Amino acid sequence: MAEIVISNIVKSFTDRQRNADILAVDNVSLTINDHDFVCLLGPSGCGKSTLLNMIAGFDKPTSGRIEVGGVVVQKPGADRGVVFQQPTLMPWLNVADNVAFHLKLSGIRKAERRARAQEFIDLVGLKGFEAHFPSELSGGMNQRVGIARALLMNPRVILMDEPFAALDAQTKIEMQEELVQIWQRIRCTIVFVTHSVDEALLLGNRIAVMSRRPGRIRDYFDFDMPRPRDVTSPEFNEAKRRVLGLIRDESRMSRQAA
Amino acid sequence: MRAATERLYPAPGLAWRQIQSKIERITVPLLILIGWEAFSRSGYLPPALLPPPSAVLAALADWMFAIDGSTQDYAGTWIRHVLASSSRVAAGFGIAALIGVIIGTGIGWSRFIEKTVEPTLQMLRPIPPVSWIPLAIIWFGIADKPAIFLVFLGSFFPILMNTIHGVKTIDRNLIRAGAMMGASERQLLWNVVVPAALPSIFAGLRIGVGSAWMLTVTAEMVAVKSGVGYVLWDTYYFLRYDMVIASMVSIGLLGYLSDIAIKLLMNRVLRWQRASTIQSREG
Ligand SMILES: Nc1ncnc2c1ncn2[C@@H]1O[C@H](COP(=O)(O)OP(=O)(O)OP(=O)(O)O)[C@@H](O)[C@H]1O
Ligand SMILES: [Mg+2]
Repeated sequence: MAEIVISNIVKSFTDRQRNADILAVDNVSLTINDHDFVCLLGPSGCGKSTLLNMIAGFDKPTSGRIEVGGVVVQKPGADRGVVFQQPTLMPWLNVADNVAFHLKLSGIRKAERRARAQEFIDLVGLKGFEAHFPSELSGGMNQRVGIARALLMNPRVILMDEPFAALDAQTKIEMQEELVQIWQRIRCTIVFVTHSVDEALLLGNRIAVMSRRPGRIRDYFDFDMPRPRDVTSPEFNEAKRRVLGLIRDESRMSRQAA
Repeated sequence: MRAATERLYPAPGLAWRQIQSKIERITVPLLILIGWEAFSRSGYLPPALLPPPSAVLAALADWMFAIDGSTQDYAGTWIRHVLASSSRVAAGFGIAALIGVIIGTGIGWSRFIEKTVEPTLQMLRPIPPVSWIPLAIIWFGIADKPAIFLVFLGSFFPILMNTIHGVKTIDRNLIRAGAMMGASERQLLWNVVVPAALPSIFAGLRIGVGSAWMLTVTAEMVAVKSGVGYVLWDTYYFLRYDMVIASMVSIGLLGYLSDIAIKLLMNRVLRWQRASTIQSREG
């Protein structure tokens, strides 16, 4: 069943200072099924965050429409958890209160908030930091708080914008494995933005490759390699070759155009 | 022998350095006081025109505790006048803080409120609060009310401007994060916008409390028959310059204490900021 339907999305920004329009996303259509783990792969500045922001309801497309769960996206909502590219925590709340912010908004009592937040704090490996403020944590730790906060809402859809970019290799691998397990367990739909080919192929069961700005979908394919995935296996490398080939084409074309 | 001296005079330790820093702090004020005392006693000016610090202190002591009755009718009335002034500051400043934060948040948050309300306020803002005194007296008579009104005017605008600034410069992604977690518009305002603007709001409160004291004193000189400002002006008519200066000292002290009170509150409320600001270096 289709969970997210993106039809003919165009997004241009009006640049008032330079008096010009920037076409960020150009006619993108994607259908994402229930319980898909879609990795959105593309070069910097190609419109990945822009597309994600429109699914989240933060931005309105210039034209086209986006449906999530059969409903046209009009505004942000707790059915779509977002993990931002920058952690974006409430700096005046400690870790536990940041993770439980959604529960506070729903009017749930403090004791229950604490208990339910604890599960996700443990999950992202931040036990013992419940009372710390974001300014007292490292960038990677803050990012993990952001992930815990999105997971706690138990949303139908989780939108993640390069969530592991700030993490060290060790933590990144742990978090990637953890994310796959969570996804298998709670059966949510994930849209995961990254510019790392390896990360996309390690995580996703569908891979969408975007072109340079203005962003278009170059390729969108299933990748049902069994898990846990071995990044040195022939199957993995063949997929990698396919994606890298696309990217090489892309840069050759843009060089010719220039 | 050498070892013994070393034990007798240990390297300057923490305690010594603390004393040293205290000495550094009080040297200049102390020198000024001594110079002032010496100058007053030198007879260069008639002592009534520039009373020495010792005379000011004596007047202040009598004003506070009715020790020798040297301040006549005012002996022992200090606390009453201080409370009168403080209550006007508290009332005017409290109302200004409440209304300033509410309207400031509204203007910062909503284009509509900004367009409809802000131009009027911006036109009123350049009018110095003291120039409202005649109208304040006509409207409110001679009592607490005109003073409270002036205090309100004086502290309202700094609080308003800082609140607007605080709300307008919030990271847009914080609002998005709040909305993503299901916050309604009202929840966003209360749970995201106001807390995020608090550092600015407190900056406004601190400026506002300064103007509040300035305007209470001004109002009391003209429109009220009690309070430290009234004592200052009244004793000036009786040529009691020791009392004038004692009043100035009292006002300075009260302003200083109210600023410290707000600073303490701020440090409590903005605890979360500590690790990320320059202030944290000072420890
Ligand atoms: N608010 C904005 N105003 C004007 N232009 C914008 C705005 N947001 C994005 N853009 C433009 O849209 C293009 C796409 O931006 P976007 O943030 O979606 O890129 P991205 O694919 O997420 O890049 P990265 O991987 O570096 O995060 C950029 O070229 C940028 O210049
Ligand atoms: Mg981005």
